[in-house]
Amino acid sequence: MRVTVIDYKAGNLTSVLKALRHLGAETVVTGGDLAIVEAAERIVLPGVGHFQATERLDATGLTPAIRAAIARGVPFLGICVGMQWLYAGSSEAPAQPGLGHFAEPCTHFSESTQKVPHVGWNSLEVRDGSRLLAGVEPGEYVYFTHSYKAPVTPETAATSYYIEPFAAAVERGNVMGVQFHPEKSGATGLKILGNFLAWQARGAK
Amino acid sequence: MITKRIIACLDVHDGRVVKGVQFVDLIDAGDPATQAARHAREGADEIVLLDITATHEGRQTLLDTVRRTARELFVPFCVGGGIRTADDAAQVFDAGADKVSVNSAALKDPMLIDAIGRSFGAQAVVVAIDARRDPNAADPVRDAQVFVQGGRKPAGRRVVEWAREAEDRGAGEILLTSMNSDGMRTGFDCELTAAVSESVGIPVIASGGAGTVEHFVDVFGRGKADAALAASIFHFGVSSARSLKQELAKAGVSVRLPC
Repeated sequence: MRVTVIDYKAGNLTSVLKALRHLGAETVVTGGDLAIVEAAERIVLPGVGHFQATERLDATGLTPAIRAAIARGVPFLGICVGMQWLYAGSSEAPAQPGLGHFAEPCTHFSESTQKVPHVGWNSLEVRDGSRLLAGVEPGEYVYFTHSYKAPVTPETAATSYYIEPFAAAVERGNVMGVQFHPEKSGATGLKILGNFLAWQARGAK
Repeated sequence: MITKRIIACLDVHDGRVVKGVQFVDLIDAGDPATQAARHAREGADEIVLLDITATHEGRQTLLDTVRRTARELFVPFCVGGGIRTADDAAQVFDAGADKVSVNSAALKDPMLIDAIGRSFGAQAVVVAIDARRDPNAADPVRDAQVFVQGGRKPAGRRVVEWAREAEDRGAGEILLTSMNSDGMRTGFDCELTAAVSESVGIPVIASGGAGTVEHFVDVFGRGKADAALAASIFHFGVSSARSLKQELAKAGVSVRLPC
């Protein structure tokens, strides 16, 4: 099982690679070799830090290459900022567009007496029918660290609650995203990454 | 619901886990990789590895230890000790750490916080503060002083002010150690922890003094801590993170269970 991991210099890839390899995947890292993305069988877009970092995906030509891969049905998983990039954009960097696969924008947590960023282990409410989160029981915990969040929409695969409900995971066909860090979420996280690695188009052999 | 984190801390000296009582009297407590794996298995929400000898002996963080410890660890992993430059931090991240903790070097060159945050994100930068109260000060909490070099030298900064500056510069979390209570097992410094936690918008990890479950209940309540560090309480089979969290849950603290 080969997984292409996109490196756009938004933080550290080591933990994501380690978790994927632990699950038996062969990992290929690319920072802008479009031929690798064109040949990808499965793509992970990690990302910690600032939404502005995704400008590198545009600058290197990765954005259209990823769009094409998604269109031909390649399973895609965005993690943290990598998930937010699937949306229209983020108020963290208003001039930087996202992929727009999901129409809504990501926004900062609402004003509150609670601290932002949201850091730590929080529970998931998984919606029926999620394939990415299959086998995740109500109330299982995953590790978050973020200040911006995606809205709850029909494509939301799991919600979590901090200050307000937000999308902890999103899923439509072969395109999936998680706001939390499955590579840092113990057995629950590994189960979710395993589901992604096992994901196949319905009817595919 | 967001939970309070119980963080297992491994103080490492020459590649072995040790725990000091007020930073001296080191007692050998095992192999870091084995200990980290055990704590994760027993329900710790996060692992911190502090190379406690690195700064004053001028050594690099033990990258091999970090690599070995990170290999099979799938919870957040923070490494501190001897990180002086953004390049030092990059090496530690490459070895498998998710966060670095900076202390003396950040006081000497506060731009280090900005630099690491810019390259790796604020979530990857923990600013560790060793705090000591001066009982003779007008306001022992507000006037608590930052110490460096393993608690050997005053840095000439007030704790609360330094925590604020660290946040402004892009730190993602504050790890606050009370030098007065460290290793004493008489409880966290809840007043000082609350003063820092109320002054910043980022999570504060309380450290120093854990001895009983009530100490944790207290620091999560009165101390307004977002996470708490425990070292000696877990060593020598005193307790596990899981049993600690089960007791905390009974006391009404929101924790990650089952784990």
